[in-house]
Amino acid sequence: MRDIAVVASMQRQEKSIDNESEVEYMVPLMHGVKESIGITQADVGFTCSGSSDFIAGQAFSFVMTVDGANPVPPISESHVEMDGAWALYEAWVKMQMGEIDIALIYGYSKSSGGSLRDVLATQMDPYYVAPLWPDAFAIEALAARQLIESGKTSMEHLAELASRARDHAASNPNAVRTKAKSVADIMAEAPLMDPLRPSDIPASADGGCALILAAGDRARELCERPAWIRGIDHRTDAHTLGVRDLTTSMSARIAGEQAGVSDDKVDFAELYAPFTTSELVLTEALGLGDDTIINPSGGALSAHTMMASGLIRIAEAAQRITNGDGDRAVATAGSGPNLQQNLVCVLEGE
Amino acid sequence: MSGSKQRAAVIGVGQTKYASTRGDVSLAGLVREAAYRALEMAGKQWSDIDAVVIGKAPDFFEGIMMPEIYLAEALGCVGKPILRVHTAGSVGGSTAVVATSLVQAGIHGTVLTLGFEKQSESNAMWALSLPSPFTTSINAGAGGYFSPIIRRYMEYSGAPELIGCMVALKDRQHALNNPYAHVQDHELTFDKVVESPMLWDPIRYSETCPSSDGACAMVLTDETGAEAHDGAVAWIHGTAMRSEANNYGGRNVVSPKASEDCAADVFAQAGITNPREQIDAVEMYVPFSWYEPMWLESLGFAEKGEGWRMVESGATKHEGGDLPVNCSGGVLSTNPIGASGMIRFAEAALQVMGEAGAHQVDGAKTAFGHAYGGGAQYYAMWVVGAEKP
Repeated sequence: MRDIAVVASMQRQEKSIDNESEVEYMVPLMHGVKESIGITQADVGFTCSGSSDFIAGQAFSFVMTVDGANPVPPISESHVEMDGAWALYEAWVKMQMGEIDIALIYGYSKSSGGSLRDVLATQMDPYYVAPLWPDAFAIEALAARQLIESGKTSMEHLAELASRARDHAASNPNAVRTKAKSVADIMAEAPLMDPLRPSDIPASADGGCALILAAGDRARELCERPAWIRGIDHRTDAHTLGVRDLTTSMSARIAGEQAGVSDDKVDFAELYAPFTTSELVLTEALGLGDDTIINPSGGALSAHTMMASGLIRIAEAAQRITNGDGDRAVATAGSGPNLQQNLVCVLEGE
Repeated sequence: MSGSKQRAAVIGVGQTKYASTRGDVSLAGLVREAAYRALEMAGKQWSDIDAVVIGKAPDFFEGIMMPEIYLAEALGCVGKPILRVHTAGSVGGSTAVVATSLVQAGIHGTVLTLGFEKQSESNAMWALSLPSPFTTSINAGAGGYFSPIIRRYMEYSGAPELIGCMVALKDRQHALNNPYAHVQDHELTFDKVVESPMLWDPIRYSETCPSSDGACAMVLTDETGAEAHDGAVAWIHGTAMRSEANNYGGRNVVSPKASEDCAADVFAQAGITNPREQIDAVEMYVPFSWYEPMWLESLGFAEKGEGWRMVESGATKHEGGDLPVNCSGGVLSTNPIGASGMIRFAEAALQVMGEAGAHQVDGAKTAFGHAYGGGAQYYAMWVVGAEKP
């Protein structure tokens, strides 16, 4: 595989961005990330984005946003109706052919305009499940119940994960849930969707992320310590409720194996785990041990921007590599109910 | 490491019967109908497929957010990668291009790619009348957006008023040779096209694409797979995608720069210097009749201002034309939006495979597939050939 690295990223996440449209707040990120390493759109060989019409509440919503990439003269460009991490994957594939050296990736959403947990119910089987309107928290509560009853976790253990996420988020300016809360206080929370408590569910955010990939020596020119993508793979599980064991993730396990997670020590992992329960499932599926720091940014529990949270995990992991905080990291992205779909990316410094 | 590009080829094409309402199948049933046929033609099983790349237009058309999540089992991709592309009307073409890149980059050996739309679930015309916040929407459907651009073309080219009607009749007659095509009107005459109601002047009802349910799928494979394949093969000689802003000072709305750049890129890859001479069959995205002469010029098949003469002379007809365009009946006869681009790509492949049945262009060796979307700002194109590039 050709050596491709994350060389720069820029993100913005807030509880709600009220006075700017998606295009208005993405333009500074899309251009800022290029300016931060001294390149322009003319240097970019491929542009790729991820977003959702359902969250934007408008068909072809991404058509407006592409104007922000400054596509005059025309650009080579694509879009996935997925988290921006899959846009990064599409760009990485394209870069493997050796024809382009630099790609711009972005992902975004502004979910504060509606009720995201209800909107996500429209992802379910449209004939048998969606008409029952099971919201996203209810669907994950099924997994939480299975995990607890199987003995894989306890309410207290989940509270520990939630408390730690808040501690980590305290030092992340982009996190929206940063207030420290003890395990005892989380244990005292009334369930929101039994057994999930408010601290077990994601802190919803508006925002986005723009990121630059560069190949080989071009990456070394643009960044002192590029975060090299050593493996990247994505897989899906079955969708139908009841056919999956929700206490494990086959898709994350296979993607992790394909990406080579266990080939060496993992210093830290940025997991797309919107719920405490998803963190548990992913940590086990990827075989991460106690020597790996999980979600040093606070993770998606502390700031969950749909369509960008996976890309932000990659950006966060890459930034830590670039900063020299570690040498090897894992980042994941996810999609669908109970993390039906997972992407795993292994990043390393030189 | 510099990276390298592998050869890729189409070994299977599958299409559903297109209709205004496919009430006999669920969404899963619709996509499987196309996927099965593609697998059958390719001589492959679900287990031979390494990854699925799926495309469709806005999720609002069916009211399901990211329907590929629900389709995971139906598309046999549990435990496998599935990637969902959405690039407006060009999406079917873009999806095929992304799927091709997975093979060309050496990531996967055999990929299933599929585009679909079940437009009977909603009203596509109003779904395409984009209401933007703080902006008055004056368009009713895509025709409302494109009709002023067509009038601009008529004015500058001096094309006779009824050229569009000639295209419409031609494509609807071509559709009679394609059992999958949605609109099958054996009684249609030129006069009936001309007399059909004016929807968006100068676009008449019969010069407009239908709203269809349907899916189209292809099996793509690498060089080894294509050489081992028993049946016909369409080698991919070039792929390209371009996007540009919807509106900017000096934009040529009749022949957007992104269209010209995309064509120049894909023809360069395929070694095509004279498209009209070198290409034997064209499947071009013509949702409104006048886009045939407009694209003929933009893509370099005709000189600027002269595309309508090719229509008038019958050069783009299956029977007797030297550059048959849309022998399948085109978008004017079948339009499940998320699949429409892929149908163009797949029909181009069928032509060079010699598998296009009654609408086969005799001896077609090189064919061109084309899709566009948004405000004529998204483009995807490919050139396929019977010979290995």
